[in-house]
Amino acid sequence: MILELRGVHRTHGRGETAVHALRGIDLAVAAGELVAVMGPSGSGKSTLLNLAGGLDSPSQGEVLVEGEVLGTLNRKQLARIRRRHVGYVFQDLNLLASLTAVENVALPLELDGMGVRKARKLAAAALDEVGLADLTPRFPDEMSGGQQQRVAIARALVGERRLVLADEPTGALDSQTGESVLRLLRSRVDAGAAGALVTHEARHAAWADRVVFLRDGVVVDTTSPVGEPEQLLGAQA
Amino acid sequence: MSIRHGLLALLERGPMYGYQLRAAFEESTGATWPLNIGQVYTTLSRLERDGLVRPLPENEGGQRPYELTDLGRGEITVWFATPISRTDRPRDELAIKLALALTTPGVDVQAVVQTQRTATVQTLQELTRLKSRSDKPGDMSWRLILDAMVFQAEAEVRWLDHCEASLVRYQPPASGGSTTPATADTDDRTEAHR
Repeated sequence: MILELRGVHRTHGRGETAVHALRGIDLAVAAGELVAVMGPSGSGKSTLLNLAGGLDSPSQGEVLVEGEVLGTLNRKQLARIRRRHVGYVFQDLNLLASLTAVENVALPLELDGMGVRKARKLAAAALDEVGLADLTPRFPDEMSGGQQQRVAIARALVGERRLVLADEPTGALDSQTGESVLRLLRSRVDAGAAGALVTHEARHAAWADRVVFLRDGVVVDTTSPVGEPEQLLGAQA
Repeated sequence: MSIRHGLLALLERGPMYGYQLRAAFEESTGATWPLNIGQVYTTLSRLERDGLVRPLPENEGGQRPYELTDLGRGEITVWFATPISRTDRPRDELAIKLALALTTPGVDVQAVVQTQRTATVQTLQELTRLKSRSDKPGDMSWRLILDAMVFQAEAEVRWLDHCEASLVRYQPPASGGSTTPATADTDDRTEAHR
């Protein structure tokens, strides 16, 4: 299992003013699996993603990434896990404007101590996988929104990282471009990554294997795994 | 879905007999609307009666192809040029169900909404899976139909989200048929559940 949340609670504040953002969440995401989390504003979606990526700590319960309990790690170890194993794709891209596409993708590897040449080589391969082999020397402002989001996905999955956490990754993109980003995320997950996708759009959540519905910090329902196309055609007929 | 117009549109490509029409119909719609051969022949005989198609001599295999008449060609041109009116569609059972759930004692409306949402998102996932496997240029017709179903399902989920948000704020009229809002200290959500 790449990502596991076991009995996770997250409470902000104390006493009467305490806000229970998450209340007893159990969630597991395996390699090759994409799980979408849907829910109204304030349901705890982003809190869940922050906990999964070690950007926040649970008030109770455990978060495991590749079998390591994040709560038992010191700051340095946690930072290492985040750099090596977890990739993020945010709505507002977070690409560095002063770096080219390949430099943006190589950055987390270089921060992790990898030599520049090797990091750039891996970054170029990651950009090739997302169909941007020709755009490696471009700066973010020389690319379309869809291309930038592809760079962000390449950066999220470069190197050893097998967990990608995506928070509304299609935010400002038009419908076709947004779909191509999800197709890409889907294909990277099919190639062996694990993905958790937070979205309020059902059409985007539908690219996942399972959709988890959150309300008031609790999982209220989950869709069943999707069958194979042959079965589906039968179901449609 | 009008089988009548579907068959006329297919005959625009050239004469076809019953089994060919059925196969072409299913190919064009990705087997979303399977037809039985009886429906095809019944529809063809009605189209012939109305002067929209005419039978051709049987071929060597004993199959009788049909071709479009000028009247039929005109009919199909008008069909493509005319929008489908929403009022021609069946009543929306889901909307009626939610309206009734709201006024039926003991029904948890939010649960009704969530049950439907899960089912509709599940359908969306299945449609998306089918879509992700249809990448060939020849799959374009099928993809258009899948997209239509995807956007309809998405619209339903958005509507359900909207219903849920409204239910959270909903204060039912006090008992006795009065329309007076519930008292200020009423828990909205609990009320919406009733």
